[in-house]
Amino acid sequence: MNDPFIKVEKLNFSYSEDDGSDVEVLRDLDLTIERGSLVAVLGHNGSGKSTLAKLINLILTPTSGKIFVDGLEITKPDLSEDELFENRRNVGMVFQNPDNQLVATIVEEDIAFGPENLGVTPSEIRSRVDYALETVGMTEFARHSPHQLSGGQKQRVAIAGIIAMMPKCIIFDESTAMLDPSGRREVMDTIIRLNREFGITVLHITHYMNEAAMCDRVVVINDGRIELDGKPEEVFCHVSHLERIGLDVPQTVEVLNELKKSGLPVDIAKLSADDCADEIMKLFGDHK
Amino acid sequence: MIKDITLGQYFPGNTVLHRLDPRMKIILTVAYIVGVFLAKNMISFAAVAASAVLLVIISGISWKTIIKSMKPLIFIVAFTTFFNLFFTTGDVLLISFWRINIYLEGVVYSVMMILRISAMLVGTTILLTYTTSPIMLTDALERLLAPLRKIKLPVHEFSMMMTIALRFIPTLIEETDKIMSAQKARGADFESGSLMRRAKALVPILIPLFISAFRRADELATAMECRCYRGGDGRTRMTKLKYAARDFFAVLVMAAFIASVAALNMIPMGISL
Repeated sequence: MNDPFIKVEKLNFSYSEDDGSDVEVLRDLDLTIERGSLVAVLGHNGSGKSTLAKLINLILTPTSGKIFVDGLEITKPDLSEDELFENRRNVGMVFQNPDNQLVATIVEEDIAFGPENLGVTPSEIRSRVDYALETVGMTEFARHSPHQLSGGQKQRVAIAGIIAMMPKCIIFDESTAMLDPSGRREVMDTIIRLNREFGITVLHITHYMNEAAMCDRVVVINDGRIELDGKPEEVFCHVSHLERIGLDVPQTVEVLNELKKSGLPVDIAKLSADDCADEIMKLFGDHK
Repeated sequence: MIKDITLGQYFPGNTVLHRLDPRMKIILTVAYIVGVFLAKNMISFAAVAASAVLLVIISGISWKTIIKSMKPLIFIVAFTTFFNLFFTTGDVLLISFWRINIYLEGVVYSVMMILRISAMLVGTTILLTYTTSPIMLTDALERLLAPLRKIKLPVHEFSMMMTIALRFIPTLIEETDKIMSAQKARGADFESGSLMRRAKALVPILIPLFISAFRRADELATAMECRCYRGGDGRTRMTKLKYAARDFFAVLVMAAFIASVAALNMIPMGISL
């Protein structure tokens, strides 16, 4: 499995503050995202994780460095407008606030917005909208207006709007941050389904550790650099490192880590509640 | 309470009126208003009243909603009734006291005026806002106005703005509600004091509302760019508007209505305008 979908090389991004001083957001960042993978990007506020997402979509332009998406160098100086829009179609983006990404007053009209912009034929748009609605499980709400929906449902509509553009990759920029726990679960289930069943590459930017634990790979960004990168079990073992840069670990790891600190022989790399329970039961192994 | 604004609200449904082509509905609405204004005598006004009732019945919208939507008209109706009632002179004197004379003509004119205003409102709201989704409406306007693009009028941009405005009305109302509650919780008082004081009390609501509206606009623009929006050129639409047989039938019905109002005007009966 060595088929990079997104490749970022020595990426730098800085912006000028009002007083003229430069603020460095990303510093010499290198990152490769495999095709079809489900990657979580973690980092506290201001770590540069959202900036990275916007750079991949060329909403922002990097100060220096190269970005390749699906084999196309999107940072080349002679990138045509068609290539730019092809990249935006290819890499969809779902944002934090569900209200601020829905354009139309009817759910299905909103989902049609993307394909309409691409100039797809009306009958094709119709079938894409139906497909997208079904994929996120919102078919029965097709004729509703967005303000009648819950946060999680609105976010699923936003996802459907992206799916209708047939992207190969979707970036979720803290898309679960404004939702209540049940809405978060709805969206997270949809994200995982998109990745597992439809093979869409997913970059999930979040600060919920249990969501990151569900991904294939976790990339931790701090101060514009990649601090940790690997499988969730590996990354979350670095408890003190994560705490130092202001991040938590999943509750299961926290419990096991406390046990370990008090001298018990446990493996802290257990991310699901069941695995964690099994690990603790091992301590009582003799009493079984 | 603040969310109960029926003006400009769409009631989803599947009646003939819902299925008419929105472009045709805009044209028919204009025609209907013309028809309503053509009415001159009591019989033609009866026809107008009947047509409004018929429209409500066909649309399947409850009378309660219709009556609620007419509330904002009370002032205009009261105003015209006042003038018609007290300042019309005629042959049949009904009441006379002090210097006020109320004639039968005045009463009839008042009733006709009320009928005219209500029929106009019922006709436009039912034909347009209640049975046509806002997006269909802006879409139809865009297409009807499309020829104006030739003289460089930004027709697409205008309709996009309308769509977004319609989309964000409920969101902003909700937000206003929230900000008001937040300010009330901190002791703000919006209900008492002089007009000046109350106007001043609104400032702490308007400022956060504006700031958040700008932030929303910024985020929405980014989201639209991410969904490959680049203006009206090369854009297709999911719903292709096509005139069907029922649209032409509706034209016939409307023509019959206007013709019958005009014909009924000819019959010399009772008092006419």
